[in-house]
Amino acid sequence: MCRLRVDWLVRHVLGLLAVVAGGLVLVIVWYLFQGAKPALESGLPRRFFGDPEWQPGSVRDPQYGLVPMLAGSFLVTVFATALATPLGIAGAVFYQFYVPARVSRWNLRCMELLAGMPAVVLGFWGLMVVVPAISRLEPPGQSLLAAALVLALMILPIIALTSQAALSAVPLSHLQAAAGLGIGRAGMIWNIALPAAKGGIGSGVLLALARAIGETLVVVMLCGNIAQIPGSVFDPIRPVTSTIALEMGYATASHKALLYAGGLILVLVIGLLVGGLSFRRKPNHNTVH
Amino acid sequence: MKQTILFPLLFSSILLFGCGKPRENGQHITITGSSTVAPIVADAARRYEESHPGVRIDVQTGGSSRGIADAMSGLADLGMISRALKDGESELTAHLIAMDGVCVIVHRDNRIENLTRKQLVDIYTGKISDWSEIGGAPGEIIVAGKAEGRATLEVFLDYTGLDSADIEADVLVGENQHAIKTVAGNANGIAYVSIGAAESESEGGTPIRLIRCDGVIPTTEAVAKGLFPMTRPLQVVTRGDLPDASKAFLSYLQTAAINDLIETHFYVPVAR
Repeated sequence: MCRLRVDWLVRHVLGLLAVVAGGLVLVIVWYLFQGAKPALESGLPRRFFGDPEWQPGSVRDPQYGLVPMLAGSFLVTVFATALATPLGIAGAVFYQFYVPARVSRWNLRCMELLAGMPAVVLGFWGLMVVVPAISRLEPPGQSLLAAALVLALMILPIIALTSQAALSAVPLSHLQAAAGLGIGRAGMIWNIALPAAKGGIGSGVLLALARAIGETLVVVMLCGNIAQIPGSVFDPIRPVTSTIALEMGYATASHKALLYAGGLILVLVIGLLVGGLSFRRKPNHNTVH
Repeated sequence: MKQTILFPLLFSSILLFGCGKPRENGQHITITGSSTVAPIVADAARRYEESHPGVRIDVQTGGSSRGIADAMSGLADLGMISRALKDGESELTAHLIAMDGVCVIVHRDNRIENLTRKQLVDIYTGKISDWSEIGGAPGEIIVAGKAEGRATLEVFLDYTGLDSADIEADVLVGENQHAIKTVAGNANGIAYVSIGAAESESEGGTPIRLIRCDGVIPTTEAVAKGLFPMTRPLQVVTRGDLPDASKAFLSYLQTAAINDLIETHFYVPVAR
């Protein structure tokens, strides 16, 4: 009887916490929707895709083109993830299979430190070191390249840590069996370990991708914030997050609603991305009935 | 099963609805308006509350236009604006709290000493694109503009007579620090920032230089004396007679006691 009572309590407390955690997301989306409603009703979002430029403050001819910013968000995210993914996975394989655990532990600590590095610190470092370096190659320095490089550094530990965790979870017996069959280390990694860890590595990359789209501070400081479709990696860009961060504090009425609408679009894109990719995999669901 | 989910849902909604604000007794002052003025007033309010127990001051931002509207309608006791009153707003009385000055900065190694208004306009509209065209060392000018809605942008547009869509910037930056770091990291950069911020940074060794604007040397003193062209007043507006509590706080805002707070936010105290 008493055990049942405890079970009942644990179940409901866990349920409460779970509903609060998941429910908060819905509350936030609802709030975004409420904020964006005036803009959605006034038909301005049509101009998101019709206007060529983003000039919300122009008195003469205000323009609300969002396409360059969506392109900016997309480019910087894909670029950063493309840089960080091979590095992260290669690092995880190296430290998991080629280096004694003693050394590997140090790398792990370093990666954890990098993961915990405040965005503002990385942003300032980028502004003082990366941007001047790029500026010597091709001014102005604040560019798609600068933002993508530092953003890649930021999401690298997410990919590296989840990949290594996934690799270390591959059953030892599989690896021993491979060794027993005379397969070399490289073959074992390529044919056994990586395929077995595919799911974990995939979630890591996905998590990094979502983080990269949403990242704001580093991007605002390094991307140059010109709303345009860049002609090269040295051109400035302006992601949606950057726009919201720069303008939200000062925006009034309809301009603010437009920024909410921009945020809503971004959240929907992330939602589609995460939903689309993760529902294709079958998660393990352990329920004891 | 249904019950399992119902209970936590109910409970969490009770938690959420519990987050309302308790009404307190005592004197309550509401101040809304410009986000440029708000930090000064908010800091002053915190200090004032400490020495005046029982007074609660609520500072909210929402732009100068909200400050005007709320002071007109009586929603707020005091409204904050970062501009002069316009003709249609004569019902309100403006009380000057501080001044803000905006100056042009370049990299320390740049030879340029002075820019006329015309040159500044030409640089920011892309008509002048190389420093050698105005007597500097050759190098393509990297124009740092300000993001939409920034207070300094408004002052700049006011001074140059440009529309924000006319500006052809190479990069857009947000706050003063961002602009300063951009110019410090780029020998051919140009930007405009609050004078106070630029002064303290260049004194601290950041490689930037404040240049003269139509011949006037940018200093906080020049702003205080009204000599510098790119300035604007940071003010509090009121309508008609105020309750005593608000009146007392308003006079506190106009004393030298908050000068240090004004300087912390890189604005310029006015002669009291």
